Amino acid sequence: MREQILQIIEKNSRVGIDELAIILGAEEVDIANELKKMEEEGVICGYHTLIDWEKTNIDKVSALIEVRVTPQRGQGFDNIAERIYKYPEVNAVYLISGGYDLLVSLEGKSLKEVSSFVSDKLSTLDSVLSTATHFILKKYKDHGTILGKKHVDTREKVMP
Amino acid sequence: MRNPLSDKAVALKPSGIRKFFDVVNEMEDAISLGVGEPDFDTPWHIRDEGIYSLEKGRTFYTSNAGLPDLKKEICMYLKRKYHVSYDYHTETIVTVGGSEAIDIALRAMINPGDEVLIPQPSYVSYEPCAILADAKPVIINLKAENEFRLTAQELRDAITDKTKVLILPFPNNPTGAIMEREDLEAIAEVILEKDIFVISDEIYSELTYKGEHITIASLPGMQERTILINGFSKAFAMTGWRLGYACGPEPIITQMIKLHQYAIMCAPTTSQYAAIEALRNGDEDVKQMRDAYNQRRRYLMHAFKEMKLPCFEPFGAFYVFPCIKEFGMTSEEFATRFLNEEKVAAVPGTAFGDCGEGFLRISYAYSLNNLKIAIGRLKDFVERLRKEQQETK
Repeated sequence: MREQILQIIEKNSRVGIDELAIILGAEEVDIANELKKMEEEGVICGYHTLIDWEKTNIDKVSALIEVRVTPQRGQGFDNIAERIYKYPEVNAVYLISGGYDLLVSLEGKSLKEVSSFVSDKLSTLDSVLSTATHFILKKYKDHGTILGKKHVDTREKVMP
Repeated sequence: MRNPLSDKAVALKPSGIRKFFDVVNEMEDAISLGVGEPDFDTPWHIRDEGIYSLEKGRTFYTSNAGLPDLKKEICMYLKRKYHVSYDYHTETIVTVGGSEAIDIALRAMINPGDEVLIPQPSYVSYEPCAILADAKPVIINLKAENEFRLTAQELRDAITDKTKVLILPFPNNPTGAIMEREDLEAIAEVILEKDIFVISDEIYSELTYKGEHITIASLPGMQERTILINGFSKAFAMTGWRLGYACGPEPIITQMIKLHQYAIMCAPTTSQYAAIEALRNGDEDVKQMRDAYNQRRRYLMHAFKEMKLPCFEPFGAFYVFPCIKEFGMTSEEFATRFLNEEKVAAVPGTAFGDCGEGFLRISYAYSLNNLKIAIGRLKDFVERLRKEQQETK
């Protein structure tokens, strides 16, 4: 049941406990307990909203930054990752296999804000060897959802 | 000028609810609970394989019975899922949808005057196909109190010494009924005793929500007298690709291939390549779609219970078949008023046989959000009708 709950709420965090109980054929109390357990265990870390900021008149700039770092003895990458993720403008930090070490996803109000974060804060960290900043020009699909396109049902309305 | 028409074609009844369908399709703002196909797009990796086959220039006929690779995959799939073994070379044919398979199976097996048993409510093409094959269709009226399953007694009562073939349409469109193992065992006994054959239309087999789908061909003694029909439309959301298949005893399949060869040549090549991919790598897609349908099915059953609309719990396909007898209207009257007053289209049960009278087919091949809107309107409608009934009393 856990997997089914997660699959549903990953797509729709607003679904109510009553509805979950109906569509999964379970008792409301069991669903509520399971959700509570998963929150406590840290399986569920938050309930977010997927926003297409392009459609608003609020300016946002997002970037992905490849960061190469020197791992520290006994700490590996954890210390430096922590230094980076503590900045509130940082959305996500991943340790990556391949040509660089950390992938940092960043959101700022303007190009300038993002670049100054990179040059003033990120590059100046001791263990950071190099950075490469990629600005996101357009989001086609995010969190499994295709942005900007409305689904049109082209099926015949009635068919035996 | 002489009459250009065939008496047989003219005598075929046009689909009784064509008029209703025309009205629906003209009503632009109507929302629908009437479709008979999945709301999911064909999974992208399957479409991609179709596109790739076109890019590679695979635009020629295949052999009449279908691509050998596809037939092998079909046989492996049937073995893996339903525990029946067929020889891909002699016992398998790829057809233009399950529909063609039904047509040629009947034409391959029927002599003039043979009787074909057709349980109803069921899909609309069995009866005309039987007539075109010169059979005499004999209808078995399934009952709501049996959850629209076919019972051994009903079957026995319908068999005469002219009976040759039983069409077995489960999981069922429009009722959503399934036949579980013990139901099948009971009728298999009669089938063996009376020495008749079965055309088992299992196009909805993947959409079974209670245990595993069982094919009657897997029961002892049944494979040699069963034509198993299935396809890609419902399981893999591939209706427009027009691809199905039939498996059965070599002598029957051989005749079916001959009919298919003269009428069709071969099933669409692009679709056949896509279908290979579907069978090789599509199990997870099928599971996800089945889970989604099952959630909607539970939602509908709950909604009917809340509005006190009697409906047996169906465990197959993507239809529910609630009873609307309490309103004292025919199915068509109910559906027409529902359409005009609430702008929601649902198919009257009578579209699937006279014994569908008093029922409505509601499809849940829609997103949960769409279903909620439509069911909200059904609730308003039902409440209004009940109030009207109160006032006239």
